[in-house]
Amino acid sequence: MNDTILETQAMTREFSGFVAVDGVSLSVRTGSIHALIGPNGAGKTTCFNLLTKFLQPTRGRILFKGRDITGLAPAQVARLGLVRSFQISAVFPKLTALENVRLALQRARGASFDFWRSERVLDRYNERAMALLTDVGLDHAGDLLAGMLPYGQKRALEIATTLALDPEMLLLDEPTAGMGHEDVERIVALIRRIRPGRTILMVEHNLSVVEGLCDIITVLTRGRVLAEGDYATVSAHPEVISAYLGTAHA
Amino acid sequence: MFGLDRDQAIGTLLLIALLIIAPFILYPVFVMQLLCAALFACAFNLMIGYVGLLSFGHAAFFGMGCYVAAWTMKHWHIDALAAILMGGVAGAALGLPLGWLAIRRSGIYFAMITLALAQMVYFFCVEAPFTGGEDGIQQVPRGHLFGFINLNNDMAMYWLVAAVFLAGFLLIHRIVHSPFGQVLKSIRENEPRATSLGYRTDDYKLIAFVLSTCLAGVAGGAKALVFGIATLTDVHYSTSGEVVLTTLLGGLGTVFGPVVGAAVVVSMENYLARFGDWVTVTQGAVFMVCVLAFRRGIVGEIAARLKLSL
Ligand SMILES: Nc1ncnc2c1ncn2[C@@H]1O[C@H](COP(=O)(O)OP(=O)(O)O)[C@@H](O)[C@H]1O
Ligand SMILES: [Mg+2]
Repeated sequence: MNDTILETQAMTREFSGFVAVDGVSLSVRTGSIHALIGPNGAGKTTCFNLLTKFLQPTRGRILFKGRDITGLAPAQVARLGLVRSFQISAVFPKLTALENVRLALQRARGASFDFWRSERVLDRYNERAMALLTDVGLDHAGDLLAGMLPYGQKRALEIATTLALDPEMLLLDEPTAGMGHEDVERIVALIRRIRPGRTILMVEHNLSVVEGLCDIITVLTRGRVLAEGDYATVSAHPEVISAYLGTAHA
Repeated sequence: MFGLDRDQAIGTLLLIALLIIAPFILYPVFVMQLLCAALFACAFNLMIGYVGLLSFGHAAFFGMGCYVAAWTMKHWHIDALAAILMGGVAGAALGLPLGWLAIRRSGIYFAMITLALAQMVYFFCVEAPFTGGEDGIQQVPRGHLFGFINLNNDMAMYWLVAAVFLAGFLLIHRIVHSPFGQVLKSIRENEPRATSLGYRTDDYKLIAFVLSTCLAGVAGGAKALVFGIATLTDVHYSTSGEVVLTTLLGGLGTVFGPVVGAAVVVSMENYLARFGDWVTVTQGAVFMVCVLAFRRGIVGEIAARLKLSL
């Protein structure tokens, strides 16, 4: 199928006997925004770790753009255009916001093994890095250390860094978690803006964000797919209501 | 130049001025000993300060640099600078396989693996015929620089050692402030994130390790020529411990910290030598005070107080 960008076949991961992800077969349509929801401990982050090869699946296969990526290393997957963000905010705290984004742009040079050259050769990425920072509302923060930024801005910086790689597919792990209302709106608007030409798979707890943004939703509980479909279908599913919506919206 | 910012450029000019006047005020051999220790500590600092990996086996590379420089000098009668650089080649050649084994782990495991590998190198040096076992390699000639500068003159030797030190110091600074150095810092800050941006972090760590061991070997090579001797002490774990202490004392991840740390440690060793074992006790006490009172080390603390980047 040409319009499937990412596919998993019975992907399973066990941690010393405990099955965190249990035969998950996902199929993500090219160009869609696909949500992965489910209660805490359902195995969503583990799925992301498997898809980006930070963890090796115990069983099953992963195909990206028709290519079997099950055996690849995480850095290789990233270079194929499948880039993740992390649930826990992942910036380089002692580098400036500009340097954070530039590190992603620097990847375009290939490997940066040139230890004899001045880092000034990276200045040519400054303009593009500033543009990306401006895009996420961080135009003031270029020279600030990433570790000093407030939480919402760290998340925005993370997205700017991920976007700097211009990935075909993004995996966002709870991009709005812990954010105030305004920051959530900003991130949602940002995701809308970056979506043309990309596919996004996101873990999201905020159901109004999911409703407004996502084309298709997969519900995971205890490592298994419970239901899949658009928001109306999924939210009408009786088991989903009891397993997830029921507890979250009680 | 070399990615030095304003504070660091002033610091470096000051350092060069000190290098020039030091041999006229202090005993040149003492300053040379200090510079070898300082270069060794700077090389070590490249790993701990900028990659965030604590190597507990750096004496292996320093010591192998000593042996190889001493041996090539004594048996091949090559140029003094070439012998010192052979020390660097030895450090790198040993650093490549050992680093390849060690960088797969991090934190305390990395420290333990480097310690274990360095112990193997130590026992190799005890047994291997070319090291001279317990006697070491003695009476190594200093030889000539570029074929005509006689290095038996302490001042001539001093300028060579000072130049080698300065070159190594500036090279490390350049490494830290290169595109490569940027990636190293990102690995230190958040390795999974660096991986997710598509960097093969192991490759970067290994190259940094080899650069560090190469410079440790150069420092060892210079020391062997200055004192005309290479011994088991140079590969002993106490030497590994001392470079950790030196760097912590001066300030991890600072540009001048390892140099200041080396000045303190080498001075203590020399001026307290007549008190025998009390040197070790004093060192221990100074180290404890430092760790408790100023965790950032001497230079780290000064830089933080004065808001300078040193
Ligand atoms: N590295 C690991 N080792 C052991 N158990 C793990 C590991 N990672 C995740 N788990 C377990 O797998 C389950 C799913 O975790 P996770 O994928 O983080 O859930 P979610 O992101 O959906 O909240 C949890 O029970 C968690 O404890
Ligand atoms: Mg999670």
